[in-house]
Amino acid sequence: MNPSAVWTRTAASGTATVVLGLVVVWGFFQSLNDNFLSARNLSNLLLQIAVLGTLAVGMVIVLILGEIDLSIGAIAGVSAAVLAQLITGHGWPAWAAIASALLLGAAIGVLHGTIIAAVGIPSFIITLAGLLVWQGVQLWLVGDGGQIPIRDSAIRSIASSYLVPAFGWVLAVLVIAGFAGVRLLRRTRRVRNQLAVRTPAAEAATVAGVAVVVLAITWTLNSYFGIPWVFVLLLGLAAAGGVLMTGTNFGRHVYAIGGNREAARRAGIPVRRTVVLVFALISAIAALAGIIEASRQFSASNALGGGTLQLNAIAAAVIGGTSLFGGRGRVHQAVLGALVVGSVQNGLDLLGEPAAVKNIATGVILVVAVVLDALGRRRRAL
Amino acid sequence: MHAVTPTLELRDVTKRYGHVAAPTDVDFTVTAGEVVALVGDNGAGKSTLVKAIAGSHRIDGGEILIDGGPVVIGSPTEASALGIETVYQDLALCDNLDVTANLYLGRERRRSRSLLLDQEGMQAHAAAVIADLAAHLPVLDKPVSALSGGQRQAIAVSRAALWGSRIVLLDEPTAALGVAQTVMVYDLIHRLRDRGLAVVVISHNMADVFAVADRITVLRLGRNAGEFRPGRDSTDDVVAAITGSRELDAAVRKENPR
Ligand SMILES: Nc1ncnc2c1ncn2[C@@H]1O[C@H](COP(=O)(O)OP(=O)(O)OP(=O)(O)O)[C@@H](O)[C@H]1O
Ligand SMILES: [Mg+2]
Repeated sequence: MNPSAVWTRTAASGTATVVLGLVVVWGFFQSLNDNFLSARNLSNLLLQIAVLGTLAVGMVIVLILGEIDLSIGAIAGVSAAVLAQLITGHGWPAWAAIASALLLGAAIGVLHGTIIAAVGIPSFIITLAGLLVWQGVQLWLVGDGGQIPIRDSAIRSIASSYLVPAFGWVLAVLVIAGFAGVRLLRRTRRVRNQLAVRTPAAEAATVAGVAVVVLAITWTLNSYFGIPWVFVLLLGLAAAGGVLMTGTNFGRHVYAIGGNREAARRAGIPVRRTVVLVFALISAIAALAGIIEASRQFSASNALGGGTLQLNAIAAAVIGGTSLFGGRGRVHQAVLGALVVGSVQNGLDLLGEPAAVKNIATGVILVVAVVLDALGRRRRAL
Repeated sequence: MHAVTPTLELRDVTKRYGHVAAPTDVDFTVTAGEVVALVGDNGAGKSTLVKAIAGSHRIDGGEILIDGGPVVIGSPTEASALGIETVYQDLALCDNLDVTANLYLGRERRRSRSLLLDQEGMQAHAAAVIADLAAHLPVLDKPVSALSGGQRQAIAVSRAALWGSRIVLLDEPTAALGVAQTVMVYDLIHRLRDRGLAVVVISHNMADVFAVADRITVLRLGRNAGEFRPGRDSTDDVVAAITGSRELDAAVRKENPR
């Protein structure tokens, strides 16, 4: 086998590629600063990527559809502003404010999606306009103070609480058991349908591998404050997104539209409805990211969701192996992509590098990931 | 004359593009267990007719009957509901999805009492149908981007069989294929016919038309220009109808060897 075939094969299994990237980044920063891989820093890293990872999960879904959303940062910002206004300005209970912020996000997505699907305007333009509009609304809602403080303890605890270590272990065991159970069920169904199955040893090895990783993460985090609550939230979101995209009609249709829109239409897939639903879904996810960020900052500022966050979310999705050309990508890889982007920023922070260097580094990584994506696409087309 | 009711019948069908009348007052029939070739020069209106039957275009005049009853086919979904399956000139496959997913595109099966896809059931059923059709397809869980043109065409044709459709329309199914792959697709078409489907094939290749069809309908400038049978009529008769030169002289015969 020639080296390029090996490379192609590795690239095909996207998860392996991004894990390799993560190992390289971690090795690099650990060699420059041996605090990088400390439990304390890894725990901080997970808190730092919660918002980025959440946005990246949404970004992966819209990229698989073959569209893009440049407004998710702004939607996060405006949703956080609404959350803060309702709680601080109008005294709403936390749950009602959270539900309203999520619904607002979904409504914005329905609006974007409807314009894109009904009029056939590229999502790039509509969401770019959306970025301006919602940032404007955000500034207007936040007002002259530049931020609205949030004193509600429930909201504040979202991004600053940890699972008790004992509960962390229980959760880890449940995750492993769940993973093994799902694989076992799938295997049973394959056997029942007389389809090929992997050897029991290979299955056991996969489950054991996952178990080792889960236990190692739990042990590391438990040696600091415990598993951050937002990390559990992010993993839950990614798992739900994964099931939606690979296990349901809806997800299959999103992949089909991203792969060949005309073929999907001819096959009777409701293309417009699916487009609207995707934008609604990812805008609601963006609103969730806004709530998490407001919880981290204890306030909704007029800068929330701005800056490089939007581009970082695209970078995380693409680094995670999602194609900008539509039809290809996996939701769980968004979390890995966010870890890579977050690790670079965290590592540069640790080395005391200024924001300029962080921006340049993220930009370069995005370009490298996009170039690899384009090359992979060209190779598939041959 | 006691003819069997045609599975699909077009009566005086007209479709206009602005002022351009593409098919005009076209009559067409196909019966269960029959392969009818629809031939005609470029721009004769063949693809337009197929799109009308497949629900992509509304017709501007005439009627479409299925089993003798008039129907209105307003969308591709309505066409599938009537048992009409179309294999388009430009393949309608999703390269990023595997063979099974493409076979089930738009009609995914779910596990009972759940929102989840029945991936294993679909794969097993797809494997059975493909084995039954003796289609040469490799592993069903590979993306179709890795397949050859013939294999991809075979997927598109098998999709029709999988759905228990009754009418299959193929628009130039072999245009991009080599000799062996063309034979494979025509084998597949015959197997669909032997299962009792009504099959319509559009082709420009007279040799292929004579190899695959039981009956040939010619369109010329959007209008009916004759019905032919491979056993009874010659290639020259059909070519003459296509080009509009009924008295075929030797010179024309040389210019149009097929
Ligand atoms: N979307 C359209 N808008 C306007 N005119 C069209 C359109 N599609 C087809 N036509 C016209 O209708 C006529 C019939 O076209 P059609 O594609 O049905 O021909 P065809 O028999 O399939 O030709 P070919 O053998 O080249 O595929 C042509 O004159 C064509 O220019
Ligand atoms: Mg045509």
